[in-house]
Amino acid sequence: MRQLHRFHGGVHPPTNKTQSSETPIIASAMPSKLVIPLHQHVGNIARPVVSVGEHVLKGQVIGKADGRLSSAVHASTSGTIATIGYSKVAHPSGMDDLCVTLIPDGKDEWVANLGADYRELSHTDIRHRLRDAGVVGLGGAVFPSDMKLYGGKHQIKTLVLNGAECEPYITCDDRLMRERAAEILLGAEMMRDLLHAEEVVVGIEDNKPEALAAMQQAIVDGKHARMEAVAVPTVYPGGGAKQLIRVLTGIEVAAGVRSTEMGVQCFNVATAYSAYRAISYGEPMLSRVVTVTGNVERPQNYEVLLGTPVAELVAQAGLKSGTQGYIMGGPMMGFLLPSDQVGVVKATNCIIATAPTLFPAPAPTMPCIRCTRCAEVCPAELQPQELHWFAKAREFGKAQDYHLFDCIECGACSYVCPSNIPLVQYYRYAKSEIWARERDKTAADTARQRHEYRQFRLEREKQEKAEKLAQKERAALLAKQQADAAAATANTDEDAQARIQAAMARVQAQHDATQPRNTANLTPEQQAKIDEIEARRAHIQELAHPEADLDKHHEPPKE
Amino acid sequence: MLTALLVMSILALVLGAGLGFSALKFKVEGNPLVGKIDAILPQTQCGQCGYPGCRPYATAIAEGEADINMCPPGGEEGIQKLAELLGVEAKPFGAGAAPKPKAVAFVDENNCIGCTLCLQACPVDAILGAAKQMHTIIASECTGCELCIAPCPVDCISMEPIAESVTTWKWQYPVYAFIPSTEATRR
Amino acid sequence: MFTSPYITKPVSVSEIMLKVMLALLPGIGFYVWYYGPAILVSITLASVTALATEAAMLKLRDRPVAPFLKDNSALLTAWLLALSIPPLAPWWLVVVGTLFAISISKHLYGGLGNNPFNPAMIGYAVLIISFPVQMTHWLTPHPVGHPELSFIEQLGYIFSGVLPRGLTLDAVTMATPLDTLKTQLHLGLSVGEIRDMPIYGRLAGKGSEMVATGFAIGGLYLLWNRIISWHLPIVYLGTLYATAGLFHVIDPAHYVTPLFHLFSGAAMIGAFFILTDPVTSPTTPRGKIIFAAGAGILTYLIRAFGGFPDGMAFATLLMNICVPLIDAYTQPKVFGKKAKGAQK
Repeated sequence: MRQLHRFHGGVHPPTNKTQSSETPIIASAMPSKLVIPLHQHVGNIARPVVSVGEHVLKGQVIGKADGRLSSAVHASTSGTIATIGYSKVAHPSGMDDLCVTLIPDGKDEWVANLGADYRELSHTDIRHRLRDAGVVGLGGAVFPSDMKLYGGKHQIKTLVLNGAECEPYITCDDRLMRERAAEILLGAEMMRDLLHAEEVVVGIEDNKPEALAAMQQAIVDGKHARMEAVAVPTVYPGGGAKQLIRVLTGIEVAAGVRSTEMGVQCFNVATAYSAYRAISYGEPMLSRVVTVTGNVERPQNYEVLLGTPVAELVAQAGLKSGTQGYIMGGPMMGFLLPSDQVGVVKATNCIIATAPTLFPAPAPTMPCIRCTRCAEVCPAELQPQELHWFAKAREFGKAQDYHLFDCIECGACSYVCPSNIPLVQYYRYAKSEIWARERDKTAADTARQRHEYRQFRLEREKQEKAEKLAQKERAALLAKQQADAAAATANTDEDAQARIQAAMARVQAQHDATQPRNTANLTPEQQAKIDEIEARRAHIQELAHPEADLDKHHEPPKE
Repeated sequence: MLTALLVMSILALVLGAGLGFSALKFKVEGNPLVGKIDAILPQTQCGQCGYPGCRPYATAIAEGEADINMCPPGGEEGIQKLAELLGVEAKPFGAGAAPKPKAVAFVDENNCIGCTLCLQACPVDAILGAAKQMHTIIASECTGCELCIAPCPVDCISMEPIAESVTTWKWQYPVYAFIPSTEATRR
Repeated sequence: MFTSPYITKPVSVSEIMLKVMLALLPGIGFYVWYYGPAILVSITLASVTALATEAAMLKLRDRPVAPFLKDNSALLTAWLLALSIPPLAPWWLVVVGTLFAISISKHLYGGLGNNPFNPAMIGYAVLIISFPVQMTHWLTPHPVGHPELSFIEQLGYIFSGVLPRGLTLDAVTMATPLDTLKTQLHLGLSVGEIRDMPIYGRLAGKGSEMVATGFAIGGLYLLWNRIISWHLPIVYLGTLYATAGLFHVIDPAHYVTPLFHLFSGAAMIGAFFILTDPVTSPTTPRGKIIFAAGAGILTYLIRAFGGFPDGMAFATLLMNICVPLIDAYTQPKVFGKKAKGAQK
């Protein structure tokens, strides 16, 4: 039995999982259109490589990974590219981002894809394939997985698979583990190989006994050595990567530290599954399991093509009246979608139709009474009340001193706050302000550097010019003196004539010496070719001449 | 009486020695104030303050020649920070010196004649081009100082405001549900 | 549009305050049993004054009135203040104290959540300094005092200052057990001789020891419900006990038993209801321990060596001053940064 550890704080919100966890995953119907954002991952936005009107096949790359930290985006089905432009995306800002709109042709025709046994591929090759397949972390952070599957100089002891799924309402990982355990574990084996990790530990909250049993059975059936599925206590946010690593290994990974430095790496179970499909079947990330729940008739998990408009997805679950909006993610960390037309993205694990009956508007906010209930539940062991005061007073430096960036925005503090203070929003606000300031600061520093360099360059040019001028003057002076001296010493014209002759001879000799070497010893054919080219050149020059004149004519007068 | 005198004078000596020592030990070279002021200025090098760049303006402030409210690109926040650093009252911008939204210059390539005048005007070398070649702005390096606009003989440079995007978007300051505006919108 | 989390635990400031007031009931019950219903009059008076002052101040400060009146914080302050004033005090004493507590020490500092000092204790301190005579006329508890006043008679005195014919104030009131202890010690009596006086019971003063027990019961209810953290009451009572015990061991004839201290004066109500005011106590666990220990030591020092019979109020106020400092120096280490050599 594995020794489990505990992390500080945590809350127990009503889980609301059984509504959607008891029926198998079903494939979502083919939507009328797919709105596929090119920025579904952490890092640079993918570069579009298709054009409007082009017919694409299922799995064809439509956005290429751009730069080191980026990931590819693919056509989720076969069809025609209708538009490439800005439209609303699933982002808390509610702003527009670059999307490719694809009209499916209904044939769902695959591009030729090549699966392979990962054991026969080099590690670099696997990473490249994962990147080209657009595999990113499906737990919500959407960090490109290939970047995380590299231990570097650190010895990785434990690979943690995150099947905790601590957020209320969400059951997509639960269903995935129940139905596709074997493939998840094969993915984990591949990840272990890439990381040279010793052991694999799957953490599953103890409110999912079926998933746990399925995974444990799959470990036995697959004869996986040094692999373990462990029940962890149900407490929110026990599925946070740092919290789960703490519970399973006792290691605390501080903010700004890579877990690999401490010998652990963590992946979501769905990421392991997708990574396995990407390598073994050559299937890029085209779909994911999404829980559709909340104010719907039939809460259910769907296998959804990326880009499926949310409206078309929830319609399949039977939207009830009174729905006011959609939360993407769970009720603790999710956000309200700006429109029901945004496409499902790689980060979409759950869509909750909201209604006032399910999520009543928050009670009025009262002042903080310093009760420290927030500090008692904070899994990062912060003092949320202090951070709140500093963020509220816009004292960002102080907020950073009190470890603002260790906050994982889990929302436990806001959940328990008796004054109903939107604490997490204060932290997000402070964080984004600090980031903006840092951007400004970097920009200012670059500008200062460039300006100083320019000043330096101008100064240098001035000096060089002055020096040249001085040199010229010196030279002129010297020449004059020499000439005077020569005039004084030279008696005859002959002397000067002889010198001129000698100089001309020198020039001639130099000229002979600098003849192009490769034109010596030519074969007749080569000579003919050169002549031909010379002739053509002459002809072109002749043709170009009048135009050049015209150009001159057209040049606008300078003021 | 004598002991008291003795104690006081020894104390004075010790403290004086301590002060003298630290004055030598922690001596600061140059005028650090100019650097500190310069660090607050936005480095647009736009000259809107009347000085030929940010550092000259910083020097002028440090020497007490210039006021702190002459840098529109620094915004109200810049004035606040300068006031805080210098221990003076913050004051609003003078007439006609209101901050504008951030922008980058944009060269209309249909009209550019390649005269290189803007290249010479750009304080941060953010314009790429050569004589009789198309010029273009390196948007990431442009400070939005507008110094390139005036020299252009064909008026082909315009300022394009920087639109907020998903990557530069910021979370809003939380607005209280019922507490009157004094609390929530005060800056 | 509001942001995540979209669900909250249904507990509010007003509920917390209400539970604290609920926890005061056992103590009040014992109070009424031993001293008659006069205390209920003070509580009512203080409550009405507090609500009126709160509403007026909110209006003046341009704040919404209804949600803040409903938060019960003013009521709680009123109750705590009323419980620390002699029940037979004239009506204006209660009103002045409450007025001062709510308007000056709460709202002038920014209202709920922003006051550095415990408002009830400020009210008490103002009264004991300004009206020391009126503040020493405590009722004699029920098994001790012979001429007991009926409710009507108590009411009559509170509002008009008139006692029934033939009774003087001294006949129906007495000094508190702590006060008596102090005066008698000054007169040269030993602790043993003083404790034999009829006003003392098994632990401390007759009646008042039971009231303290009542508050302790309420306090345990608060601990059980996790309304207050254990740090403050336990450390406070522990420190008070330890300090008193130390002196008692050194010289039992001059220093009374530590249990006497725990069950006298405002120690119990202070430990569970006054120190635990979240607004004026530290937020960090270590800070709470320092705060409570400091208050415990100060309480004892003021009681044993100071000019006032009880030291709870001043100890609290003195420690209130230190709260920002304590908080700043006791910030706990955060997740992942506890190990040695971890990055800052």
